[in-house]
Amino acid sequence: MAVKDAGRAARSASRVPPAREPERQVESPELIQLLTPEGERVEHPDYPLDVSAAEVRGLYRDLVIVRRIDFEAIALQRQGELGIWASLLGQEAAQVGSGRALGPRDMAFPTYREHGVAWCRGLDPMKLFELFRGVSHGGWDPTAHNFHLYTIVIGSQTLHATGYAMGIQRDGAVGEDGAAVIAYFGDGATSQGDVNEAFIWASVNNAPVVFFCQNNQWAISEPLERQTRTPLYRRAIGFGFPGIRVDGNDVLACLAVTRKAMQAAREGQGPTLIEAFTYRMGAHTTTDDPTRYRLSAELESWKLKDPIERVKQYLIRTQQAEMSFFDKVDAEAAQIGASVRTACQQMPDPEPLSMFDDVLTSQTRQLADERAEFAAYLDSFATAEEGR
Amino acid sequence: MTTLTLSRALNEGLRKALENNPKALIMGEDVGKLGGVFRVTDGLQKDFGEARVIDTPLAESGIIGTAIGLALRGYRPICEIQFDGFVFPAFDQIVSQLAKMRYRSRGPVRLPVVVRIPFGGGIGAVEHHSESPEALFAHTPGLRVVSCGGPADGYAMIQQAAESDDPVIFFEPKRRYWDKADVDVETGLADALPLAAARVLIPGSDVTVLCYGPMVRTCSEAAVAASGDGRSVEVVDLRSLAPLDTATIFASVRKTGRCVVVHEAVVTGGIGAEIAARITEECFYSLEAPVLRVGAPTTPYPPSRLEEHYLPDLDRILDAVDRTFGY
Ligand SMILES: Cc1ncc(C[n+]2csc(CCOP(=O)(O)OP(=O)(O)O)c2C)c(N)n1
Ligand SMILES: [Mg+2]
Repeated sequence: MAVKDAGRAARSASRVPPAREPERQVESPELIQLLTPEGERVEHPDYPLDVSAAEVRGLYRDLVIVRRIDFEAIALQRQGELGIWASLLGQEAAQVGSGRALGPRDMAFPTYREHGVAWCRGLDPMKLFELFRGVSHGGWDPTAHNFHLYTIVIGSQTLHATGYAMGIQRDGAVGEDGAAVIAYFGDGATSQGDVNEAFIWASVNNAPVVFFCQNNQWAISEPLERQTRTPLYRRAIGFGFPGIRVDGNDVLACLAVTRKAMQAAREGQGPTLIEAFTYRMGAHTTTDDPTRYRLSAELESWKLKDPIERVKQYLIRTQQAEMSFFDKVDAEAAQIGASVRTACQQMPDPEPLSMFDDVLTSQTRQLADERAEFAAYLDSFATAEEGR
Repeated sequence: MTTLTLSRALNEGLRKALENNPKALIMGEDVGKLGGVFRVTDGLQKDFGEARVIDTPLAESGIIGTAIGLALRGYRPICEIQFDGFVFPAFDQIVSQLAKMRYRSRGPVRLPVVVRIPFGGGIGAVEHHSESPEALFAHTPGLRVVSCGGPADGYAMIQQAAESDDPVIFFEPKRRYWDKADVDVETGLADALPLAAARVLIPGSDVTVLCYGPMVRTCSEAAVAASGDGRSVEVVDLRSLAPLDTATIFASVRKTGRCVVVHEAVVTGGIGAEIAARITEECFYSLEAPVLRVGAPTTPYPPSRLEEHYLPDLDRILDAVDRTFGY
């Protein structure tokens, strides 16, 4: 009892008003949208998009497959096959739309949630499973698909992307058939010094880099208001380059906006910030419990804006796809799901001694000794076993 | 006595710190409504309000930098860095400012800032979530660096850290968060061991095993196993890594004549290296064997499917204990 009272006294002694009343909201900014949640195609004067029926069907297939892989991964984590998984549920359109806007020479720098972009770049999903299973820290060659390693430290990769873009400039690879870079990061990441420094570097160098922020409204348990009091896309203006907010659940809009920004970067017009306005439909990762900090009503309202359903409705309404097409995609997704599941379950653990590899480009004498000592130590168990 | 997990014990200690001093604050990522990813600050924002338990923007340099400013204004921030691998964006603020400002002022400035860091491996996590960077901080003059091994120390030490007028880097062994033990939450801390003191956890006569944080439990288990082989192991929980309680360390080694230092961190340039050097300098004629170190090889923390090989375990500790008898 006494403890409680002391607590109350300490509480009132330091009552401080919150930094700002939450009601004072900034005016609602424009959101680039080409496909409404109901699946209706709308035109935008700045973003005319010429896509064939086959392309839209291709995007639909991508969306369904990446959601399926994600779904399998969550299940595999529950079964203990993966250590953890960061779900992309709800962000498929942002990732597929932007991912399909990239050309083969463009380079992408992801966070840890860009499974949809990884798919578009052609990375084997098993590489992602290796990481989340604890078999590797990534273990792919970034140059193989021009898709950099996943970066877990929030915001770091935005600087790497900017430096890479500065390299493209120095290679003289900006211009008519130039290359550009896309850096992925979240709403929470925009608070990091690294991200703000990346904006500055990109700006003063006019670097060919597109900053693609998936604003999924949450950074683990912290809502957007903990990171910003201004719409994120408007930050760009202060750094000296354009910022755009796009409906992150609209794959066509994400494709169009990213295409335009990447083209501008390739041609030497410098960086763009794209804020893809979306929602993290799942937990932050499989170890997180969002019921502790957010209301289910919010989730329900975003369910109506599902990125996949609207494409399906559009394809049906405009008769660009037969019912059999959807069945075929579902069947293919199920087959891919089954194959990643089996491959994950059969994935062997790495060799213990492999942990000594790749620390530096050549093995040092010191590390070679440590490795030999550890090998002898492991052998001593084998010998003991045999001796029994 | 109450049985508490380490996570809960730290939570109770933090609650006491907030109650005892209205200037104490908690700040970090997800420490408010969520109560931290390890629930160490669970319920504190609800009870003490958003002005005292602050969900900060996602920026570690900002957390420590603003904590320094708050401290200059008379507050006593207790910061949480979510995982060991994420302290580095704050490293500049810690090393160049937090650790040096008092010295720069020639005395008048005090920075009572606590930086809590869940550290160490063994939880099957992805990269940057299992590291042991304590030596980097112990190498930095101007910081106190401590680590608790279990619930009772966690409860007491976090309060002592909160009361310290010096910056304290407080390492919490994350894989022990759910270990339970009896904690006395009724009596005050007047009789508690000082923050900078080591504790002889298990007395013994043949060999001294020095450890801290997550290795305290492992080494205690090793001592029990060794006693089955007729070896009397003295386990010393260092608790404070900067400064080191050399009096307790030297007394133990002079008694046993053998010493093994155990930590999860990389052996190269680690706490064990520092301790081994000091023992060699001060206890040379008492030694029956060189001081041995058990820790990680000179590689980054590996993928989690390899961590059982990377981390010291019972076998590797016992192996080192055995080797001290081979000289
Ligand atoms: C430097 C750093 N600090 C803390 C963390 C722990 N952490 C992992 S994800 C995350 C939230 C990230 O939020 P956001 O940038 O919005 O990306 P999202 O997870 O929503 O995709 C935090 C705090 C980290 N990975 N790196
Ligand atoms: Mg987010």
